[in-house]
Amino acid sequence: MSRLRLLAGPDLSLGAERLHAQVERLGPLPVAGAALIDTLEATGLAGRGGASFPVARKWRSVTHHSGGAVVVANGAEGEPQSFKDRVLMSTRPHLVLDGALLAARALKASQIVLYVGEEHRAAWTAMAGALAERPEPELHRARLVAAPHRYVAGESSAAVHLLDAAIASPTTKPPEPHAAGVGGAPTLVQNVETLAHIALIARHGAGWFRSAGRRGGAGTVLITVAGAVPSPGVVEIEAGTTVREVLELAGGTDPAARAVLIGGYFGSWVDFATALELPLEAAALREHGLGLGCGVVGVISSRGCGVCETARIIRYLAGESSAQCGPCFFGLRALADACGRIAERGSNPDDLARLNRWARDVRGRGACRHPDGAVMFLQSALQTFAPEFSSHPAHWRAHATGRGVA
Amino acid sequence: MSRHLEIAIDRIRCDGRGLCAELVPELIRLDDWGYPIIASGLVPDHLISHAQKAVAACPVLALALRQAERKAPS
Repeated sequence: MSRLRLLAGPDLSLGAERLHAQVERLGPLPVAGAALIDTLEATGLAGRGGASFPVARKWRSVTHHSGGAVVVANGAEGEPQSFKDRVLMSTRPHLVLDGALLAARALKASQIVLYVGEEHRAAWTAMAGALAERPEPELHRARLVAAPHRYVAGESSAAVHLLDAAIASPTTKPPEPHAAGVGGAPTLVQNVETLAHIALIARHGAGWFRSAGRRGGAGTVLITVAGAVPSPGVVEIEAGTTVREVLELAGGTDPAARAVLIGGYFGSWVDFATALELPLEAAALREHGLGLGCGVVGVISSRGCGVCETARIIRYLAGESSAQCGPCFFGLRALADACGRIAERGSNPDDLARLNRWARDVRGRGACRHPDGAVMFLQSALQTFAPEFSSHPAHWRAHATGRGVA
Repeated sequence: MSRHLEIAIDRIRCDGRGLCAELVPELIRLDDWGYPIIASGLVPDHLISHAQKAVAACPVLALALRQAERKAPS
């Protein structure tokens, strides 16, 4: 259930924890160096930005390339339903800075960049204030850079592109950022929640990290609960806590709710009854073909319409394509049109067939994973809302309406 | 003996001109918007010269033949 580690300490409504308060509560930043990578390996910590990539492997891949490395703390949080990164940055900015500093020291990085979503005002203020409080020379030289308010701005190569050329669109890989990122230097782009966990792991060790977690999960996770729940918001849970328990933390839910979106807009819809028993833990979710993504759990109520909600989200994702790769730019638009036609004018077999075919065609055909995330989300909708997709009434006919997930 | 070559595409460069699909239809077809869908796996030896022609003919230099390898993590 709920277990506070990142969000332990003073009440979140008090805003950013000051440096002296954090030092009093947690002690000073320990000296760690490159040995921290072995500790991280022992924790099994995976990135919390969405891809769940093993952190120790990512750090090692940066060390395999020579040149003064760059550490980018990624707080872009472009996912509209996710709030966990901005809550963390606005309340515990020094944990993020500690993590960035530990990464820089372990990787012998010469530069730290804090990449924060331009629309996250409170997070921005807190990070700037925290930076000014820090005595470390590495942080004096650190840059605070605004991530444009776009879905793809947080993608790692888009972050590098923005820092190099002021354009937050993904670039062709290879080279990956860990090989040649900012200014050609090996670059670690790491989500701010991941960095905050590392700040605590460096203090308390891998065993401590793993002492939280249930059903095979390790550590704690920040989750944003969205949609049809009495009190939506950010909760910190032990990895492996079930969706049912998370919804209870958010004030319970309509027992007849229709479905749950797990992982955000690049995640998957899951039938409500099935979703309730799912443990929120990367490996267990993978067995079900799911992912934790950025940690969003969004509920659509029994009065909501999965088709309309899916059409709205696909339209949004199509608009967020950086319009660089044809299959993503044209394909997502076509998918959004077909989905919108079903939502507006009612089901028709031609559009259903197109949705299925195009979703298969588009997957894997972009420079980044934007099209893949969008079509995996769509495919989960076609499966979970199969009855609704094949019998959706035209918009002007009587139709269930309700609160969506966002 | 196979030469372990695969067709690599720069999706950002690709403009959907479609010449590649005409030159090596065994390996490349076009989607509904005119962009190439490349068959996964290695280029069979008897198609390598066709694939090379497709690479050379691409007006925006979006295609390449490269040694197949396991991709590094991002």
